[in-house]
Amino acid sequence: MSNRAKLFIPAVFFVTMLGLLFYGLGRDPNQVPSALVNRPLPVFSEPDLFDPSKTISSEQLRGGIFLVNVWGTWCAPCHYEHPYLVEISEREPELTFVGVNYEDDVKAAREFLEERGNPYKINLTDVDGSLGIDFGVSGAPETFIVDSSGTIRYRHVGPIDNAVWAETIEPVLAQIQ
Amino acid sequence: MIRRLRQLLPMLLLLLAATHVRAAIEELEFASEEEEARYNKLIDEMRCPKCLNANLSGSDAPIAADLRAEIKEQLQEGRSDDDIIEFMTARYGEFILYRPRLSASTVLLWFGPLALLLGGFFIVRRMLAAARASIVDATLSPEEQQRLHAMLKDGKES
Repeated sequence: MSNRAKLFIPAVFFVTMLGLLFYGLGRDPNQVPSALVNRPLPVFSEPDLFDPSKTISSEQLRGGIFLVNVWGTWCAPCHYEHPYLVEISEREPELTFVGVNYEDDVKAAREFLEERGNPYKINLTDVDGSLGIDFGVSGAPETFIVDSSGTIRYRHVGPIDNAVWAETIEPVLAQIQ
Repeated sequence: MIRRLRQLLPMLLLLLAATHVRAAIEELEFASEEEEARYNKLIDEMRCPKCLNANLSGSDAPIAADLRAEIKEQLQEGRSDDDIIEFMTARYGEFILYRPRLSASTVLLWFGPLALLLGGFFIVRRMLAAARASIVDATLSPEEQQRLHAMLKDGKES
Protein backbone atom coordinates (compact mmCIF):
# COMPACT_ATOMS: atom_id res chain seq x y z
CA MET A 1 0.00 0.00 0.00
CA SER A 2 1.32 3.41 -0.87
CA ASN A 3 1.97 5.88 1.90
CA ARG A 4 -0.64 8.18 0.42
CA ALA A 5 -3.33 5.50 0.78
CA LYS A 6 -2.24 4.84 4.35
CA LEU A 7 -3.04 8.41 5.26
CA PHE A 8 -6.70 7.69 4.68
CA ILE A 9 -6.89 4.79 7.14
CA PRO A 10 -7.66 6.94 10.21
CA ALA A 11 -10.27 8.88 8.26
CA VAL A 12 -11.98 5.69 7.09
CA PHE A 13 -11.86 4.31 10.64
CA PHE A 14 -13.34 7.54 12.00
CA VAL A 15 -16.16 7.64 9.49
CA THR A 16 -16.98 3.96 10.14
CA MET A 17 -17.16 4.57 13.88
CA LEU A 18 -19.27 7.66 13.32
CA GLY A 19 -21.65 5.64 11.17
CA LEU A 20 -21.93 2.89 13.80
CA LEU A 21 -22.59 5.39 16.57
CA PHE A 22 -25.15 7.19 14.44
CA TYR A 23 -26.88 3.90 13.75
CA GLY A 24 -26.88 3.19 17.49
CA LEU A 25 -28.45 6.56 18.23
CA GLY A 26 -31.45 5.77 16.05
CA ARG A 27 -32.15 2.49 17.79
CA ASP A 28 -34.39 2.15 20.80
CA PRO A 29 -32.40 0.30 23.46
CA ASN A 30 -35.66 -0.93 24.96
CA GLN A 31 -36.32 -2.98 21.83
CA VAL A 32 -34.63 -6.10 23.07
CA PRO A 33 -34.32 -8.72 20.33
CA SER A 34 -36.80 -11.51 20.79
CA ALA A 35 -35.69 -15.11 20.82
CA LEU A 36 -39.13 -16.21 19.65
CA VAL A 37 -39.39 -14.44 16.32
CA ASN A 38 -39.51 -17.05 13.53
CA ARG A 39 -40.00 -19.78 16.09
CA PRO A 40 -43.20 -21.74 16.71
CA LEU A 41 -45.75 -20.48 19.18
CA PRO A 42 -45.07 -21.91 22.65
CA VAL A 43 -47.24 -24.87 23.56
CA PHE A 44 -49.77 -23.90 26.20
CA SER A 45 -53.13 -24.69 27.71
CA GLU A 46 -54.65 -21.96 29.84
CA PRO A 47 -58.12 -21.22 31.26
CA ASP A 48 -60.61 -19.08 29.35
CA LEU A 49 -61.03 -15.65 30.95
CA PHE A 50 -64.82 -15.71 30.87
CA ASP A 51 -65.31 -19.42 31.51
CA PRO A 52 -62.42 -20.84 33.58
CA SER A 53 -63.80 -24.37 33.25
CA LYS A 54 -62.78 -24.27 29.59
CA THR A 55 -59.16 -24.28 28.53
CA ILE A 56 -57.65 -22.70 25.47
CA SER A 57 -54.67 -24.43 23.96
CA SER A 58 -52.05 -23.32 21.48
CA GLU A 59 -53.55 -25.86 19.06
CA GLN A 60 -56.51 -23.54 18.64
CA LEU A 61 -54.26 -20.82 17.24
CA ARG A 62 -53.89 -22.40 13.82
CA GLY A 63 -55.04 -21.69 10.30
CA GLY A 64 -55.17 -17.92 10.34
CA ILE A 65 -53.27 -14.87 11.37
CA PHE A 66 -53.36 -14.19 15.07
CA LEU A 67 -52.46 -11.16 17.07
CA VAL A 68 -51.59 -12.20 20.61
CA ASN A 69 -51.75 -9.28 22.99
CA VAL A 70 -50.42 -9.60 26.55
CA TRP A 71 -52.24 -7.18 28.83
CA GLY A 72 -53.42 -6.51 32.37
CA THR A 73 -55.71 -4.04 34.08
CA TRP A 74 -52.76 -3.08 36.34
CA CYS A 75 -50.78 -1.85 33.34
CA ALA A 76 -51.21 1.81 32.42
CA PRO A 77 -49.95 1.58 28.81
CA CYS A 78 -52.52 -1.20 28.27
CA HIS A 79 -55.25 1.29 29.15
CA TYR A 80 -53.78 3.64 26.56
CA GLU A 81 -53.67 1.06 23.79
CA HIS A 82 -57.04 -0.53 24.53
CA PRO A 83 -59.27 1.82 22.49
CA TYR A 84 -56.87 1.48 19.54
CA LEU A 85 -57.06 -2.30 19.76
CA VAL A 86 -60.87 -2.14 19.82
CA GLU A 87 -60.86 0.09 16.75
CA ILE A 88 -58.25 -1.94 14.87
CA SER A 89 -59.99 -5.24 15.60
CA GLU A 90 -63.14 -3.83 13.99
CA ARG A 91 -61.17 -2.55 11.02
CA GLU A 92 -59.25 -5.81 10.47
CA PRO A 93 -61.79 -8.63 10.82
CA GLU A 94 -59.50 -11.18 9.15
CA LEU A 95 -57.10 -10.95 12.09
CA THR A 96 -57.94 -12.98 15.17
CA PHE A 97 -57.12 -11.01 18.32
CA VAL A 98 -56.07 -13.15 21.26
CA GLY A 99 -55.92 -11.51 24.69
CA VAL A 100 -53.60 -12.96 27.29
CA ASN A 101 -54.66 -11.50 30.61
CA TYR A 102 -51.32 -11.44 32.37
CA GLU A 103 -50.86 -11.66 36.16
CA ASP A 104 -54.16 -9.94 36.73
CA ASP A 105 -57.25 -10.10 38.86
CA VAL A 106 -59.58 -12.12 36.67
CA LYS A 107 -62.71 -10.33 37.86
CA ALA A 108 -61.24 -6.90 37.23
CA ALA A 109 -60.18 -8.05 33.75
CA ARG A 110 -63.70 -9.22 32.87
CA GLU A 111 -65.18 -5.93 34.07
CA PHE A 112 -62.59 -3.97 32.12
CA LEU A 113 -63.51 -5.71 28.85
CA GLU A 114 -67.24 -5.47 29.50
CA GLU A 115 -66.99 -1.75 30.18
CA ARG A 116 -64.56 -0.67 27.51
CA GLY A 117 -65.18 -3.18 24.76
CA ASN A 118 -63.58 -6.52 24.00
CA PRO A 119 -61.27 -6.54 20.98
CA TYR A 120 -60.33 -10.21 21.53
CA LYS A 121 -62.06 -13.21 19.98
CA ILE A 122 -60.10 -15.48 22.30
CA ASN A 123 -59.42 -14.54 25.91
CA LEU A 124 -57.18 -16.52 28.18
CA THR A 125 -55.67 -15.98 31.59
CA ASP A 126 -52.13 -16.33 32.78
CA VAL A 127 -52.52 -15.71 36.48
CA ASP A 128 -49.07 -16.86 37.60
CA GLY A 129 -47.15 -15.40 34.64
CA SER A 130 -45.81 -18.75 33.40
CA LEU A 131 -47.20 -18.27 29.90
CA GLY A 132 -45.61 -14.83 29.90
CA ILE A 133 -42.23 -16.44 30.55
CA ASP A 134 -42.85 -18.93 27.72
CA PHE A 135 -43.50 -15.97 25.43
CA GLY A 136 -40.38 -14.25 26.74
CA VAL A 137 -42.25 -11.11 27.73
CA SER A 138 -40.57 -8.46 29.81
CA GLY A 139 -43.86 -6.93 30.93
CA ALA A 140 -47.07 -5.67 29.41
CA PRO A 141 -48.26 -4.73 26.89
CA GLU A 142 -46.53 -6.91 24.35
CA THR A 143 -47.97 -8.06 21.07
CA PHE A 144 -47.03 -11.03 18.90
CA ILE A 145 -48.05 -11.67 15.31
CA VAL A 146 -48.52 -15.36 14.57
CA ASP A 147 -48.88 -16.59 10.98
CA SER A 148 -51.10 -19.42 9.73
CA SER A 149 -48.38 -22.03 10.27
CA GLY A 150 -48.22 -21.16 13.95
CA THR A 151 -44.92 -19.29 13.68
CA ILE A 152 -44.32 -16.07 15.57
CA ARG A 153 -43.40 -13.46 12.99
CA TYR A 154 -43.12 -10.31 15.01
CA ARG A 155 -42.97 -9.08 18.58
CA HIS A 156 -43.87 -5.57 19.61
CA VAL A 157 -42.98 -4.28 23.06
CA GLY A 158 -45.09 -1.41 24.38
CA PRO A 159 -48.48 -0.01 23.51
CA ILE A 160 -49.94 -0.04 20.02
CA ASP A 161 -51.65 3.01 18.59
CA ASN A 162 -52.54 4.01 15.04
CA ALA A 163 -49.04 5.29 14.29
CA VAL A 164 -47.35 2.11 15.58
CA TRP A 165 -49.86 0.04 13.66
CA ALA A 166 -49.20 1.81 10.38
CA GLU A 167 -45.43 1.92 10.78
CA THR A 168 -44.57 -1.47 12.21
CA ILE A 169 -47.46 -3.96 12.34
CA GLU A 170 -48.97 -3.32 8.90
CA PRO A 171 -45.72 -3.95 7.00
CA VAL A 172 -45.35 -7.26 8.86
CA LEU A 173 -48.89 -8.27 7.99
CA ALA A 174 -48.37 -7.27 4.36
CA GLN A 175 -45.32 -9.52 4.28
CA ILE A 176 -47.24 -12.48 5.68
CA GLN A 177 -50.24 -12.20 3.37
CA MET B 1 -21.45 28.18 55.39
CA ILE B 2 -21.82 26.08 58.53
CA ARG B 3 -25.52 26.78 58.60
CA ARG B 4 -25.75 25.63 55.00
CA LEU B 5 -23.98 22.42 55.89
CA ARG B 6 -26.26 21.85 58.82
CA GLN B 7 -29.23 22.17 56.50
CA LEU B 8 -27.71 19.77 54.03
CA LEU B 9 -26.62 17.16 56.55
CA PRO B 10 -29.95 15.33 56.95
CA MET B 11 -30.23 15.05 53.18
CA LEU B 12 -26.74 13.64 52.89
CA LEU B 13 -27.51 11.12 55.60
CA LEU B 14 -30.65 10.13 53.73
CA LEU B 15 -28.59 9.60 50.61
CA LEU B 16 -26.25 7.30 52.49
CA ALA B 17 -29.17 5.35 53.89
CA ALA B 18 -30.60 4.92 50.40
CA THR B 19 -27.57 2.99 49.20
CA HIS B 20 -28.30 0.31 51.75
CA VAL B 21 -31.72 -0.50 50.36
CA ARG B 22 -31.57 -3.79 48.56
CA ALA B 23 -33.65 -3.96 45.40
CA ALA B 24 -35.08 -7.34 46.14
CA ILE B 25 -35.56 -8.79 49.56
CA GLU B 26 -37.03 -12.22 49.51
CA GLU B 27 -37.00 -14.88 52.12
CA LEU B 28 -36.22 -18.11 50.44
CA GLU B 29 -35.61 -21.57 51.68
CA PHE B 30 -33.35 -23.98 49.91
CA ALA B 31 -32.76 -27.67 50.35
CA SER B 32 -29.04 -27.15 50.65
CA GLU B 33 -26.43 -24.44 50.77
CA GLU B 34 -25.10 -25.69 47.46
CA GLU B 35 -28.51 -25.11 45.86
CA GLU B 36 -28.68 -21.63 47.33
CA ALA B 37 -25.23 -20.84 45.98
CA ARG B 38 -26.28 -22.02 42.52
CA TYR B 39 -29.42 -19.89 42.76
CA ASN B 40 -27.45 -16.79 43.73
CA LYS B 41 -24.96 -17.36 40.95
CA LEU B 42 -27.71 -17.77 38.34
CA ILE B 43 -29.62 -14.66 39.38
CA ASP B 44 -26.39 -12.68 39.46
CA GLU B 45 -25.38 -13.76 35.97
CA MET B 46 -28.74 -13.29 34.31
CA ARG B 47 -29.99 -9.97 33.14
CA CYS B 48 -33.44 -8.59 33.85
CA PRO B 49 -35.22 -8.40 30.47
CA LYS B 50 -37.01 -5.23 31.47
CA CYS B 51 -34.17 -3.11 32.77
CA LEU B 52 -31.33 -3.31 30.23
CA ASN B 53 -28.58 -3.13 32.80
CA ALA B 54 -29.53 -4.84 36.02
CA ASN B 55 -29.22 -8.47 36.90
CA LEU B 56 -32.13 -10.56 38.14
CA SER B 57 -30.94 -10.29 41.72
CA GLY B 58 -30.76 -6.51 41.63
CA SER B 59 -33.99 -5.75 39.85
CA ASP B 60 -37.34 -4.72 41.25
CA ALA B 61 -39.22 -5.36 38.02
CA PRO B 62 -42.09 -7.85 38.34
CA ILE B 63 -40.67 -9.95 35.53
CA ALA B 64 -37.37 -10.27 37.41
CA ALA B 65 -39.24 -11.56 40.46
CA ASP B 66 -41.08 -14.06 38.23
CA LEU B 67 -37.84 -15.26 36.69
CA ARG B 68 -36.20 -15.62 40.10
CA ALA B 69 -39.15 -17.73 41.21
CA GLU B 70 -38.91 -19.78 38.01
CA ILE B 71 -35.20 -20.43 38.58
CA LYS B 72 -35.82 -21.46 42.18
CA GLU B 73 -38.59 -23.82 41.13
CA GLN B 74 -36.44 -25.44 38.47
CA LEU B 75 -33.57 -25.87 40.93
CA GLN B 76 -35.93 -27.61 43.31
CA GLU B 77 -37.06 -29.88 40.51
CA GLY B 78 -33.43 -30.91 40.22
CA ARG B 79 -32.65 -29.34 36.86
CA SER B 80 -29.04 -28.49 36.11
CA ASP B 81 -27.64 -24.99 35.62
CA ASP B 82 -27.24 -25.72 31.91
CA ASP B 83 -30.89 -26.76 31.65
CA ILE B 84 -31.96 -23.51 33.27
CA ILE B 85 -29.71 -21.39 31.08
CA GLU B 86 -31.07 -23.24 28.05
CA PHE B 87 -34.64 -22.59 29.22
CA MET B 88 -33.99 -18.88 29.66
CA THR B 89 -32.10 -18.31 26.42
CA ALA B 90 -34.82 -20.15 24.46
CA ARG B 91 -37.26 -17.50 25.70
CA TYR B 92 -35.18 -14.38 26.18
CA GLY B 93 -32.24 -14.98 23.87
CA GLU B 94 -28.58 -14.38 24.53
CA PHE B 95 -29.59 -11.01 25.90
CA ILE B 96 -30.41 -12.55 29.27
CA LEU B 97 -26.86 -13.78 29.78
CA TYR B 98 -24.47 -11.22 31.19
CA ARG B 99 -21.63 -13.50 30.17
CA PRO B 100 -22.46 -14.25 26.53
CA ARG B 101 -21.64 -17.70 25.28
CA LEU B 102 -18.96 -18.16 22.67
CA SER B 103 -20.65 -18.48 19.29
CA ALA B 104 -20.26 -17.14 15.76
CA SER B 105 -22.19 -14.00 16.64
CA THR B 106 -20.28 -13.31 19.86
CA VAL B 107 -16.74 -14.01 18.64
CA LEU B 108 -16.23 -10.31 17.98
CA LEU B 109 -17.44 -9.49 21.48
CA TRP B 110 -15.07 -11.97 23.08
CA PHE B 111 -11.95 -11.41 21.00
CA GLY B 112 -12.56 -7.99 19.44
CA PRO B 113 -10.85 -6.05 22.26
CA LEU B 114 -7.86 -8.40 22.18
CA ALA B 115 -7.60 -8.02 18.38
CA LEU B 116 -7.75 -4.23 18.71
CA LEU B 117 -5.06 -4.28 21.40
CA LEU B 118 -2.76 -6.48 19.32
CA GLY B 119 -3.44 -4.34 16.23
CA GLY B 120 -2.55 -1.21 18.19
CA PHE B 121 0.60 -2.84 19.48
CA PHE B 122 1.81 -3.72 15.97
CA ILE B 123 0.99 -0.25 14.63
CA VAL B 124 2.96 1.40 17.45
CA ARG B 125 5.86 -0.99 16.89
CA ARG B 126 5.97 -0.23 13.17
CA MET B 127 5.77 3.49 13.83
CA LEU B 128 8.64 3.29 16.28
CA ALA B 129 10.73 1.27 13.84
CA ALA B 130 10.02 3.78 11.06
CA ALA B 131 10.94 6.66 13.35
CA ARG B 132 14.19 4.97 14.30
CA ALA B 133 15.07 4.31 10.65
CA SER B 134 14.49 7.95 9.74
CA ILE B 135 17.02 9.23 12.26
CA VAL B 136 20.03 10.24 10.12
CA ASP B 137 23.54 9.40 11.08
CA ALA B 138 24.47 12.17 13.49
CA THR B 139 28.23 11.73 13.71
CA LEU B 140 30.22 14.55 12.14
CA SER B 141 33.26 14.32 9.95
CA PRO B 142 36.45 16.15 11.17
CA GLU B 143 35.78 19.10 8.77
CA GLU B 144 32.20 19.40 9.98
CA GLN B 145 33.47 19.25 13.56
CA GLN B 146 35.79 22.17 12.85
CA ARG B 147 33.03 24.19 11.20
CA LEU B 148 30.79 23.60 14.20
CA HIS B 149 33.44 24.82 16.58
CA ALA B 150 34.02 27.91 14.48
CA MET B 151 30.28 28.61 14.37
CA LEU B 152 29.92 28.26 18.11
CA LYS B 153 32.86 30.56 18.66
CA ASP B 154 31.88 33.34 16.25
CA GLY B 155 28.19 32.98 16.59
CA LYS B 156 27.88 33.09 12.83
CA GLU B 157 28.67 30.89 9.86
CA SER B 158 32.06 31.56 8.37
